[in-house]
Amino acid sequence: MAELNTGDGGGGKKGGGKVRSKKASGRVDLTAMVDLAFLLITFFMLTTTLSKPQSMDLTLPSKDDDTSVKTNVKVDENRTMTILLGDKGKLVRYVGIVTTPLPGGTPKDFAYGKDGIRKELIARKELVKQYCISRGKPKDGMIVIIKPSKKSTYRNLVDVLDEMAIVGVDTYAIVNDFLPEEQKLLEAK
Amino acid sequence: MAKIKMKKKSTHTDMTAMCDVAFLLLTFFILTATAKVPEVLPVDTPQSTVQTKLPATDLSTLTIGKVNGKNAVFFDLKDREVRKRTLELMSEKYNVPFSEEDKEKFALMESFGVPIQSLKQILDMKSADRNKAGQPGIPKDSLDNQLKDWVLYARKANIELKDKELQFAIKGDAKEQYPAIRQIMDMLQDQKVNNFSLVTGLRGKNF
Repeated sequence: MAELNTGDGGGGKKGGGKVRSKKASGRVDLTAMVDLAFLLITFFMLTTTLSKPQSMDLTLPSKDDDTSVKTNVKVDENRTMTILLGDKGKLVRYVGIVTTPLPGGTPKDFAYGKDGIRKELIARKELVKQYCISRGKPKDGMIVIIKPSKKSTYRNLVDVLDEMAIVGVDTYAIVNDFLPEEQKLLEAK
Repeated sequence: MAKIKMKKKSTHTDMTAMCDVAFLLLTFFILTATAKVPEVLPVDTPQSTVQTKLPATDLSTLTIGKVNGKNAVFFDLKDREVRKRTLELMSEKYNVPFSEEDKEKFALMESFGVPIQSLKQILDMKSADRNKAGQPGIPKDSLDNQLKDWVLYARKANIELKDKELQFAIKGDAKEQYPAIRQIMDMLQDQKVNNFSLVTGLRGKNF
């Protein structure tokens, strides 16, 4: 089969001793070859599956200018939280309307990540849920409005979108219009 | 004597079959693996915990980064046939002729970021030189919005050839300012592409 006869014996002589030495060298040790092959297999398997980049799906509302469809939808301010993204990692959030925020929802600076905005999001989500259940609409949840300013970076935006995915906020929107009060909040130190 | 001989034989395992299987699998993985092409515009993508993978087909990637301190957008299409058709449509629109050979080269090249008028020079280069050519990005201002046309014609070509809507992925640099990203999102939204993917890196679990 795959056994190789390496020693050629040297022509006509066929002594008993020579036959024995042929038998000993007849098999090639395949262990090293198999080792190498499996090493390469592992390498190719891992690289093919890992090289595909991650991606985050984002759906924005369509920009229809058709005003007949767009009736002025009033959103319950008790359910909204607005997150303003500023430069150099500044993040301000308020709950409700900027001039008359809800109790406990006055504009405040937060940090990104686990100990910053996420705690606030989880806490507020629970409050909104209770509020919605008390009003008899348990399906409603928190609405987060994300307002990235001109100085914020793409990383900030993705970080906040990632928080939405982690916390499980289903309704969020990216809004580009800034109110003068909001502009002031971001500029304040 | 006979007993000793028996023992000697049993120490050897026949690895032939194992070796065969191993090499068969190895060949399979080598052939299915796609070689990683060096990126023309290297960007540092932001990280996220989202696990969804990018679609492998019907995908166009818009890379947003900086070239010499200026915002630049590079365009990439996955499917070769769609690429060819897109180039045909673009050359009609901008009156820039391309030979059959150029189209073949364009189908095989990686992402690019030059105005269509100077695309031919890039096509004539070797692929190693293209990365060093200092491509300035595709014009995207209101006077000469070639990027919009690339997107539009790529979508048309994809529907023509595969009867499927083309997906878009935005691959932005993490340090890029939001207006640059917004401009691209707006451009896509103007064409009623409201759903797209943001390419991100993988972040650790305990973020």
